[in-house]
This record gives sequence, structure tokens and C-alpha cells, in this order.
Amino acid sequence: MAGGKVVRVRVDPDKCQGHNRCKALAPALFELDEYGNSKEIGDGIVPEGQLEAAYLARANCPEMAVEIIEE
Amino acid sequence: MAEDTTRTRPSVLDWSTDWDHLAAEWRDNPYPIWDELRATCPVAHTKRYLGAYLPTTYAAVKAIAYDTKNFSSRRVVVREVRPEPPMPSPPISSDPPHHKPAKQLLLPPFTPDEMKKLEPRARAICNELIDRFIADGRCDAAQMYTRHIPVRVIAHMLDVPESDGDQFIQWIHEILELGITDDDILMKAVHEMSMYFAGYVEARTKKPGHDLISRIIMARQDGKPLPPQEVLGMIRLLLIAGIDTTWSAIGASLWHLAKTPADRQRLIAEPELMPTAIEEFLRAYAPVTMAREVVQDTVIEGCPVKAGNMVLLSFPAANRDPAMFPDADKVILDRQENRHSAFGLGIHRCVGSNLARLEMTVAIEEWLKRIPDFRLDPAFPVTWSEGTVRGPRQLPFIFG
Ligand code: HEM
Ligand code: SF4
Repeated sequence: MAGGKVVRVRVDPDKCQGHNRCKALAPALFELDEYGNSKEIGDGIVPEGQLEAAYLARANCPEMAVEIIEE
Repeated sequence: MAEDTTRTRPSVLDWSTDWDHLAAEWRDNPYPIWDELRATCPVAHTKRYLGAYLPTTYAAVKAIAYDTKNFSSRRVVVREVRPEPPMPSPPISSDPPHHKPAKQLLLPPFTPDEMKKLEPRARAICNELIDRFIADGRCDAAQMYTRHIPVRVIAHMLDVPESDGDQFIQWIHEILELGITDDDILMKAVHEMSMYFAGYVEARTKKPGHDLISRIIMARQDGKPLPPQEVLGMIRLLLIAGIDTTWSAIGASLWHLAKTPADRQRLIAEPELMPTAIEEFLRAYAPVTMAREVVQDTVIEGCPVKAGNMVLLSFPAANRDPAMFPDADKVILDRQENRHSAFGLGIHRCVGSNLARLEMTVAIEEWLKRIPDFRLDPAFPVTWSEGTVRGPRQLPFIFG
């Protein structure tokens, strides 16, 4: 929850190439599989205090694979 | 040290129609060349090298890296010759659908968690190297420091003697630099490397350990082990792809810090900037330029490109594109948005990117701890390598 809105992160598995930028910048939001490809943890809801990390992850993914969805 | 193959080359009169990536001007300072081309002719061509294009915008480089149908990785170096068939070296020389299975064999030993296990040895290697020259008050950091870190770390991963590193360095030099213009030297180095590793592969097929050679032997593709020739090919690729690249990236970072005291002092005062600083060094001084072969006529950024030509895939030029990176020519240690392409874009993303980042971080941290104050020695020149991998090969520093 942030500002009353629910914010989620999502990794597009077709775009992710495992650059590992998202995990390095927002370790609480992403997990890697055995090949180093990323996925959002759980339902991807960004807790209070993790919003900046989520936007940083998106701003540094070279494949544009990190999406932020505000509901 | 870079051999001067440029001496005998006709000089470039017009970079947009006659570019030459082995020209001395390019080797010594390619950035103004790319800046001018990006503004005037974003997909330049040359008749040299049997015909090749040179895109300089991020958008064009990305489009080509993603378009594996028209741009094949069957050749990944722009050379004077194009032997048929090209020498396969999966996954770097593979296109879909063969690329993915080959790559998946290599990925598990290179995840961030695996890399963490290497960190203590990597730090110890850096300190052992610094111990050898710190009392001299000066050193050639490219020859005495940065050069030895990646070979020793990969030797450690392969569980072969770290002291064989000098031999690895020689082979890589013959393959990546001399081999661009001399096919015999290239083939000889490839053969010698294969002979060296064949014994290890045989021994560890019988009695596997936990090292990287054993892991490649034990890996399964469709439930089957790789034939020994392919195991050897993968080991060769890891050495060719992992050594000069990381040597260059660490060297360019230290070069920047030697000539930019404000950045050096800032990084020492604010060590938490290290992660963004490393990404910024990778962006600004990206060492690796790959290539593709055009296999069907197509159009890139409005420019027609013709089958049969090569394309120089300049990730370093893409990383300097102001349309993608504000103040692209400035090194900004805390750059917040940095989608640089130093490790490639799309399916061929560097297998060793997590390893390279670890080595760069450790090498710069340990250096700054022990030698916080250093500058370029004006008595000697800084020299740069040419070809696929660009980085400092002589880096004379004075301490204090
Ligand atoms: C700073 C150091 C490094 C840089 C800048 C770098 C850069 C690159 C680039 C740009 C590619 C993409 C090739 C393409 O698109 O055709 C690549 C691929 C590759 N790199 Fe690296 N690399 C570095 C270090 C390493 C290390 C340490 C290793 C392993 C020990 C390694 C292994 C590979 C492999 C196996 C590939 C082929 C991946 C594929 O084709 O799917 N690299 N590297
Ligand atoms: S930064 Fe992008 S490409 Fe890299 S692991 Fe994360 S989502 Fe995947």
C-alpha cells in the first residue's frame, strides 16, 4: 500500500534475460530461479517503504521487463 | 600490450562510408567518432572487412540484438576473413532455437548466490597482488593488478592452478587481438587451449568434483551429457569471454578514478555509492563490442541493410547515446536510471555478468582501501587494446 493505492511489481518472463538488476536493487520484491531469471515475490504487492526500490528496479532493467501496476 | 596492426592500414577519410574499428584513432579515443556518426549517419557502412555496418544509437543496437532472425550470431567478430563454415562456439555463436539449451547449461553456476561464495577468494587474490607492488609507490596497474584478477578467479572456479593464468592470458591475446587479422594464430591458440583442458575433462569425467569443469561435464541437455568436444568448447568460451573483458572493465574504472580525484574521494567518503558507480563505469567504459552477420535484407532505423554484410554491435556506442542517457558523456557515480547495455541486450545477455560485477566491486574496493591516493604517471603512456574488447593495457600509476 502506498498513498491508499495498491502498487504491484511484475516481471514479464518473456522479456527478462536475467540481468539481475531488479534483485540487486529491490531484494525484498524479486526472486531468481536457478538460471538467474527474475520473478516478483508472491503477489508482487509493494509494501510501504519499498516503493522507491520498486521504481529503481524498473529504471535499471535493461530489458524493460519490470512493470509497475498501480491499482 | 596492443600490437600496432594499424600502422599498415589505409587511414580513414570518411567515418560514415569507410569506418575502421582497428584504426588507431578509434583505439585511442572512439567516443568523438561515435558521437559524430550518431548525429549525422546513425547506421554507417564500410567496404573494409568484406562489408560491414556500424550503428551508433541505443535504439539501433537494441533492435539488432533483439532481431535474431535477420541478424545471426554465427559470426560475432568483424574480421578480415570469413572462413566457411564459421567456428561454432555455443551459446555465443548460436541463434534460436539452438541457443537456449546451450545457454541454460552455463547459467546455474553463475547466479548471484553462486558468486557470493567466490567473494572471499576474490578479495584475497586482490590483496595478494597489491602486496607485491604497494611498497614501490608506483605500478603498471593493467599489467600487475587488473590483468591477473579474472584469470585467477576463473582458474579457482575451474579448479586448475591459478599460476597457469599467464598462459590463459597469452591464448586470449592471440585469439581476441592477433586472431582478428591472422587465422593461423587463432587456430593454434584454440588448439593449445583444447589440449590443455582435455586432460582435466577426462580426469573429472571419471571422478567429478564441485568445480566448474565438473559441473559442465555433469550438466544434461535433453537428459544427455555433452560430448567431450562440446565440454571443451564451453570451457574455451568461458575463458575467451570472461578474461580480457573483466580485465578491461576493472582497468577502465581505475583509470577513471586515477584521473578524476573528485570521484575517487567521493567513492571513498561514500562507499554506499559503489553499486551505482560500478554500473556507471560499465556504461561509460563498456569494453565489449560484438558483431552479427546480416542474413536477410532488412531495415534498421530507416536505413536499409543488406545480407552478406557484418554489423558491428557497439554496446559501448549505445551506452553513450544522449537520447537514452542524459549527460551521456559524463560519469555520474550515483546515476539513478541506468539501463546500460554493457552486458548485451536480449537472449545473449552475458553469462558472466554477476561474476564480472563481483570482480569489479571487489577489485576497486580492495584497491581503494589499500591505495586511496593515486594518479596517472605522466612519464609513461596509457595504452588501449583494440578489437572486440577495449580496455587499458598499460596503466602507469604513482601512489600518494
Ligand atoms: C565486464 C566484463 C564483461 C563484459 C562487459 C561482458 C560482455 C558481454 C556481452 C556484451 C555479451 C553479449 C554477446 C552478444 O550479444 O553477442 C556477453 C556474452 C557472454 N559472456 Fe560476457 N562479459 C563480461 C564478462 C564475462 C565473464 C566473466 C564471463 C564468464 C566467465 C562471460 C561469459 C559470457 C558468455 C558465455 C557469453 C555468451 C552468452 C550468450 O551468447 O548467450 N562474460 N558478454
Ligand atoms: S533486471 Fe530485468 S532482465 Fe534483469 S532479472 Fe530483473 S527483470 Fe530480469
